[in-house]
Amino acid sequence: MSDFGSMLFVFVLATFIGLGVIRRVSRLLYTPLMSLTNAISAIAVVGSIAVAGADHPLTIRILGGVALFASMTNIVSGFMITDRMLKMFKKQ
Amino acid sequence: MTHIISELAAVLATALFIFALYWMNDPKTARRGVTAGVTGMAVAVIATWIQPEIVHHAWIVGAIILGFAVGVPLSRVPLTAVPQRTALSHAFGGLAAGLVGTAEYFLWIGEAGGAAHITPFRMGALVVEVILGFLTFTGSLMAAGKLQEVKWIPQRPVTYPGQNVVNLGVLALAVGLGVALVLHPDAVWGGKAFMAIGALALIFGVLLIIPIGGADMPTVISILNAYAGLAAVAMGFVLDSKLLVTAGALDGSSGLILSIIMCRAMNRSFTNVLFGAFGKAQPALVAGEKKEWKQETVEGASQLLEQARNVVIIPGYGMAVAQAQHKVRELYDALTKRGVTVKFAIHPVAGRMPGHMNVLLAEANIPYSALVEMDEINPEMPQTDVALVLGANDVVNPAARYAKATPIYGMPIIDADKAKTVLAVKRSKNPGFAGIDNELYVLDNTWMLFGDAKAVLADLVKQFGSGGIH
Repeated sequence: MSDFGSMLFVFVLATFIGLGVIRRVSRLLYTPLMSLTNAISAIAVVGSIAVAGADHPLTIRILGGVALFASMTNIVSGFMITDRMLKMFKKQ
Repeated sequence: MTHIISELAAVLATALFIFALYWMNDPKTARRGVTAGVTGMAVAVIATWIQPEIVHHAWIVGAIILGFAVGVPLSRVPLTAVPQRTALSHAFGGLAAGLVGTAEYFLWIGEAGGAAHITPFRMGALVVEVILGFLTFTGSLMAAGKLQEVKWIPQRPVTYPGQNVVNLGVLALAVGLGVALVLHPDAVWGGKAFMAIGALALIFGVLLIIPIGGADMPTVISILNAYAGLAAVAMGFVLDSKLLVTAGALDGSSGLILSIIMCRAMNRSFTNVLFGAFGKAQPALVAGEKKEWKQETVEGASQLLEQARNVVIIPGYGMAVAQAQHKVRELYDALTKRGVTVKFAIHPVAGRMPGHMNVLLAEANIPYSALVEMDEINPEMPQTDVALVLGANDVVNPAARYAKATPIYGMPIIDADKAKTVLAVKRSKNPGFAGIDNELYVLDNTWMLFGDAKAVLADLVKQFGSGGIH
């Protein structure tokens, strides 16, 4: 298990990368940006899979299953609607 | 072996996510970003799924199928409904974080030796995950309900005396219980305290959003976006996953930047948005004699537009409500065909979420080179022949420049009043969301067109089409 320090380190660096990259995003694209980052943060799906799929008691797996459903909904609808919006900007 | 695969997959997915956001800096490359994001996600999911401890595959397949069944229709909503879809997806993100956190807690205390071996750091991260997750869940559901105009959720801000004390009290209680849990992870009351934290966070989410009105939605959605990201970060700390921490941090920093931009565009602070209950009806504060607005006919308006050399259209939420973007496009075509230069002035908080107007106008095939940000269009306003205000209200109110007692004081506005002539399309004679009269409407050079934006535009376009004007 990695320690507190290295996790915090990753968090701080990732935040700085995020701030640097997001600041350059075109103002035209703020709505698709939000749906894209939303889909990306649905990476919580990996946590849900670990909880839902491992050999845990049923109640735990139900919690994990609902979480997996919620994350999956975000992944599918987030990426699809982002693409739908970006298509409108690209064809011009 | 599978462990090495999962580590490598995490690094690859992280890199792809960063590229996905990087490509969003230009509409031309942006779609590549979606491909990168989907690839990163697929890599991460597969690498997790093949781990030997995952045994209940049917369970996972079922949840994924359900996710598709709900996700696909959600991605096909009309673009005017994108703000509520976004709020709903923040709710789902928060729910997933809260539920995984709850499951992890009960797994830990069920393990041999109880919760005593949990480090204070992990327990603290778990408490943060559950609080942020559940408050984002109910808060975003409320926001989505307000945006969708669900009947039993009040649209107008709901306020009562002592509201902030109650709200902060609920949050403080949840945090206090969390601190107690960190200090005594193996206490007999641990399970109950944990459930109470979740319940308090759910209540706090509702309380946080009920005093917020429509005009603040772009800011509130951005803040909830940041919370959803931070909840994913906390989950990453709990599950010891650097991938989750990174992806959550990217989402969180995006929400943070958008919140800052939205707050600046309204000249307000975070705390003011969340605890200030904007949108309460204010008494008319503008001193001096009460001026009357002047109404213009569609015929007169089309003549004004046709004789103009350059026209600036200022869209607002009214355009979205009336679904008028396609009619806007027809007007744009009719005018450009006659040699009139048409630009669109986009205020950062116009609409109900960041970038709302841009997406609607892009849907109607208006070239994005015609969409101009507030700061760039304002110097051109004095040379503009006609400013056509289309369902925008507070973002063009000149009172923001000097009327200190109004809630919009100091908010940067689009200088519609500086144009030679102003045509304002407005659905009703009521004040806007900030509840204040708009001085723009009673200026000497302003002419009002009352009616639904779509209907008014259709009439205007008909005027051009019928050839009645020469």
